[in-house]
Amino acid sequence: MRLGLVSADVLPSLSAVASAWWNLAIDPDLWRNAAASLYRGGAGLALAIVVGGALGIAMAWWRPVNALASPLVEMLYPMPKSALIPVTVLWLGFGDGSKILLIFLGCMLPVTLGAFNGARSCEQALVWSARSMGASRLNVLWDVVVPSALPELLNGIRTALALSFILLVSSELIVARAGLGYLIGFLGEGGVYDAMFAVVLMVAFLGFFADRVYMLAASRVLRWRD
Amino acid sequence: MIQIEGVSHTYRTTDGRDIPALEGVSLEVREREFIALLGPSGCGKSTLLYLIGGFLPIASGSVRVHGTPVTGPGPDRGVVFQHFALFPWKTVLGNVLYGLEKLGVPRDVREKRAREFIDMVGLTGFEESYPSHLSGGMKQRAALARTLAIDPKVLLMDEPFGALDAQTRSLMQAELLAIWHRSPKTVIFVTHDVQEAVYLAQRVFVMSARPGKIKAVVETSFERSDPHIFKSKAFVDKVDEIWGLVRDEAMKAQKGRPF
Ligand SMILES: Nc1ncnc2c1ncn2[C@@H]1O[C@H](COP(=O)(O)OP(=O)(O)O)[C@@H](O)[C@H]1O
Ligand SMILES: [Mg+2]
Repeated sequence: MRLGLVSADVLPSLSAVASAWWNLAIDPDLWRNAAASLYRGGAGLALAIVVGGALGIAMAWWRPVNALASPLVEMLYPMPKSALIPVTVLWLGFGDGSKILLIFLGCMLPVTLGAFNGARSCEQALVWSARSMGASRLNVLWDVVVPSALPELLNGIRTALALSFILLVSSELIVARAGLGYLIGFLGEGGVYDAMFAVVLMVAFLGFFADRVYMLAASRVLRWRD
Repeated sequence: MIQIEGVSHTYRTTDGRDIPALEGVSLEVREREFIALLGPSGCGKSTLLYLIGGFLPIASGSVRVHGTPVTGPGPDRGVVFQHFALFPWKTVLGNVLYGLEKLGVPRDVREKRAREFIDMVGLTGFEESYPSHLSGGMKQRAALARTLAIDPKVLLMDEPFGALDAQTRSLMQAELLAIWHRSPKTVIFVTHDVQEAVYLAQRVFVMSARPGKIKAVVETSFERSDPHIFKSKAFVDKVDEIWGLVRDEAMKAQKGRPF
């Protein structure tokens, strides 16, 4: 149903968007761009999870690491991450590298904070239990501190996942020659609005889908909780 | 055998205040003896147990277990905590397997051994359950199985039945005694429940209010297989005697509080 409040150009009908999407989907170009985005998002996020998680746990476990890193983390946390776009381009140019670095830097802090808070909430008695059953201090880190941190860590990763979509698309819109964000910008500039909306909706759906799949996986990992 | 000589412990709070928890505690526990540490809450019972466990640094005095000074935690001293301290992300079986894994027991042996101990504490059928799905009593059984499975020479128990309802508690007390009779270990059992101390222990060490000291040592050997032991005159008298000792301390501990 259309009320005619806005022109068909500015907000094309759903059927126009659907058929535009279909036309895009039979062209490998869309999938090439999607694959580029997926690669950048996946690589950046994976780096953010590994490095951010390790940093958060290390901050909770070793005082000196905390003393060094926590002022930095606190200072950078509220900074709008999109401000990093020109910086990463300056460092690594227009290709994949700058996007991956951007997503890595932008998504790391929520993971770090989740890991840090989770690890700090680790119960003393659990650590002592493990130690009295023959676990070394390093064993305790992996066997007790990391699983204790998991619920908060997984929450932080969820935030990072959402952030990664935002950063990916906005950086591709501004500076890229491939990717879904680039495609949105390209189609918009060319005035092909129904196709542009088709890609925007596709990104929105992918974000929603990724979050759902993630939540499902996380609840499986945390099935021991009740 | 456990020898504790002149042990003191002072906590330093985050805002820099010193809280003396123990002062000049000396005691000796014989091989395979079951003793109770009894005292009002806050008198330093847990602190003393943690020192023996090697969880806290021993700043003054000495703690020896079988002649060796305690320098850290170790599998020769098994611990059971009041709030179970089971790994919530592991099943009952996973929890019991953990210590065996750390001690390098071969895979097939440890599986068999873990199931044996789960069976012993009456948790057969709950091997794959997570702690969050168990009642308090079942959690403490699982924790007990986990500790006993690594066969520690010394068992340190910190108010292990304190969080259980009265019926479960008395059941668990009887089972603990039965287990101890089958394979006697040196047990240090912390409690603030006089009747529990008299029922379980061969000797009761009464502690004074903070800073904790050993105020008295009372022999409490009974024929515990008697089902009416709680009503027997000898038992009731012993409980009364020890109650007298504890009451003064409990009152002192109350007065020490701001309100
Ligand atoms: N980490 C700590 N920091 C400061 N004070 C503590 C700490 N742990 C225990 N205390 C204090 O030390 C005293 C003895 O504690 P605890 O050994 O737990 O007593 P109990 O087990 O007999 O109840 C208490 O007054 C308690 O408030
Ligand atoms: Mg205590």
